[in-house]
Amino acid sequence: MSVLTVSGSPHIHGDASVKKIMYTVVYAMVPAMLVSVYFFGLDALRVLVISSLACLFFEWLIQKYLIKGPVSVNDGSALVTGVLLAFNVPTNLPVWILIIGAFVSIGMAKMSFGGLGKNPFNPALVGRIFLLISFPVQMTTWPAPRALFGNLPAYPDALSGSTPLGYLKEGLKTSTVPELFETMPGMLMDFIGYIGGSLGEVSAAALLIGAAYMFYKRVITWEIPTAYIGSVVIFSGILWLVNPDAYANPLFHLLTGGLILGAFYMATDMVSSPISSRAQIIFGIGCGVITILIRIWGAYPEGVSFAIVIMNAFTPLLNKGFKPKRFGERLKAA
Amino acid sequence: MAMLKTFKLGGVHPPENKLSAGRAIEVLPLPEQAFIPLNQNLGAPGVPLVQKGEQVKTGQLIAKGEAFISSNVHSSVSGKVLKIDDLMDPSGYRRPSVVIQVEGDEWVPSIDRSETLVRNISLSQKEIIEKIHEMGIVGLGGATFPSHVKLMVPAGKKAEVLIINGVECEPYLTADHRLMLEKGAEILVGTSILMKGLGVERAIIGIENNKPDAISNMSELSKSFQGITIVPLRVKYPQGGEKQLIKAVTGREVPSGKLPIEVGAVVNNVGTAFAVYEAVQKNKPLFERVVTITGKSLKEPGNYLVRTGTPISMLIEKAGGLPDDTGKIIGGGPMMGKALLSTEIPVVKGSSGILILRKNESKRVPVIHCIRCARCVSACPMGLEPLLLAQYAQQEMWDDCERERVMDCIECGSCHYTCPSGRPLLDYIRLGKFRVGQIIRNRGKN
Repeated sequence: MSVLTVSGSPHIHGDASVKKIMYTVVYAMVPAMLVSVYFFGLDALRVLVISSLACLFFEWLIQKYLIKGPVSVNDGSALVTGVLLAFNVPTNLPVWILIIGAFVSIGMAKMSFGGLGKNPFNPALVGRIFLLISFPVQMTTWPAPRALFGNLPAYPDALSGSTPLGYLKEGLKTSTVPELFETMPGMLMDFIGYIGGSLGEVSAAALLIGAAYMFYKRVITWEIPTAYIGSVVIFSGILWLVNPDAYANPLFHLLTGGLILGAFYMATDMVSSPISSRAQIIFGIGCGVITILIRIWGAYPEGVSFAIVIMNAFTPLLNKGFKPKRFGERLKAA
Repeated sequence: MAMLKTFKLGGVHPPENKLSAGRAIEVLPLPEQAFIPLNQNLGAPGVPLVQKGEQVKTGQLIAKGEAFISSNVHSSVSGKVLKIDDLMDPSGYRRPSVVIQVEGDEWVPSIDRSETLVRNISLSQKEIIEKIHEMGIVGLGGATFPSHVKLMVPAGKKAEVLIINGVECEPYLTADHRLMLEKGAEILVGTSILMKGLGVERAIIGIENNKPDAISNMSELSKSFQGITIVPLRVKYPQGGEKQLIKAVTGREVPSGKLPIEVGAVVNNVGTAFAVYEAVQKNKPLFERVVTITGKSLKEPGNYLVRTGTPISMLIEKAGGLPDDTGKIIGGGPMMGKALLSTEIPVVKGSSGILILRKNESKRVPVIHCIRCARCVSACPMGLEPLLLAQYAQQEMWDDCERERVMDCIECGSCHYTCPSGRPLLDYIRLGKFRVGQIIRNRGKN
């Protein structure tokens, strides 16, 4: 008889793997990729391909020649970072800047901390913030969306080169919110993605389809997105009720900028978000509050990336302070 | 339909693979030699009462459990004692065992071998406990805790409800399922005996709803028994865990480090209830039990009534022989069972099943970095953070292990099962429990 294997229990393993999780996220981003190509054409495709390839390349290079350890570029995590980074930049970003972004994301934010699972911050967001600070002009000049086919109303000239959030922020210096809204394409267009912006922040609809897929596959849980979006809606809603001339309504905050992308795809990053359900809710609320603070009173029109990275920094503290509910806890206190 | 009850925190859904559920219990023929370990219970081993060369009968007491947490051992066969020697038991260690050359099958005459159901319980509460002690009954769910000890409620505590575990949440295993189908009335009488022994008016039998036939059979039969309710439960592993089952059927949570009696509950397995019936009503010691033999490559998975001390090789032969692609043999289920070192290990009181895994099912997946996905946290039925406990144990940070409640771990394996990085979380947590346990015991000495 052959030799028997002996090991501790359990003797069976579920079918989950890191690779499956990562590729689920990649598949979830496909609808948003398609919409971005629809509105921004080959430029979008170029940014997606170069960002992904650059991230994969840098991970391979660092693992093979700097760390000299096992190479795991095919686990899908670098690809997720690549696509997310592409989602966070304008489609007309020069290629060399994009490659620097990929290098910062993978090299600085991920591999220097020990690679997958060790990074305290979301790598793609670190890359984006680095680019935003280093190349503010290139990072905030957006092309106007131009549908590849179909019959959409002409895109207002006033908005070209800007995002709805940027347009609003700039316009509020001289006008009121309702006046500015009249010159914009409207909420439905915001929802399908007929607006200026980075690849991944344009179409809330496509992102929500992907998010539903991630929920179904149990790659994300409800806590962070719900707390994040909920707090944005409540916070911006209060301001809007107080003064609708000075503050945009919650739906506008929901559908524009990177909120949907951030709340479902980036704040939920397993590595850099907290463990327990309670800590995740606080994390989400923190993201939401900081987002609105920056959008309304900050120097930037958009605050999602900063909000998530700031809350990433609080993750270890939240993990320490908010433990999961232990079995038998309630009675012990009694 | 109303939502079925289950426990709240954590849990996983491994594939059920109840291959032998449709196979009625058959009697396994006697072995040529029986290898009966003197320690088949949690606690101290029995002290041998027989000597080499002595003739014994089936059901004869051969070792006495003298310590408080200890249990009597009876011969499962009749014949001649060949030797008392250290032989490998399912734990993998060599421990004192009585080897008996089987000659015929002559039972101790006081055992009632008839099939007639005896419903009337004539023994008093005290006599019941003594009888259960005398007959060497231990918990047959796997933990093998001496049953008479469970019935002795500590001073200051009060038992309110008896819970009978018919969950059988381990994949593959079907012994309890078959017992509930074929010996339902006996289980219910056993339950009534345990109720009397414990001094409670109420008993709940929890059964997962992947066994609808068992639920309906037990519900039908229970109508003529006072105070016994059958509660169907939504399938979720590890519902058969004592604390999880209590939570599922009563909503009460046993506090950390405490026993079920803290919330007025005592839990026994259906197999134990059956053994109690036989012990009290039929005067029969515990020397045989139902064992599932199963595995995807086995020709004929099934359920057998097996005498303790029978080598598992006999069960495997009965199921069509050991498949060529065998990679691992497990005593118990795939989630909490123990990998066995050979096919000559005997069936003991705690053997609920023998599972033969194929080679490709036996290997663990490659281990990579933790990605902090927290699936182990969501899966943990005790609300622990397995990723953290494993990390602390790996780095020998025992104080942190203790503070994060490593001792609460019930070793159900849900964390390791669910980990996408394939990390052997439970291996490390077991190490942590072992070391923290030592530290706590030493603290008591100073």
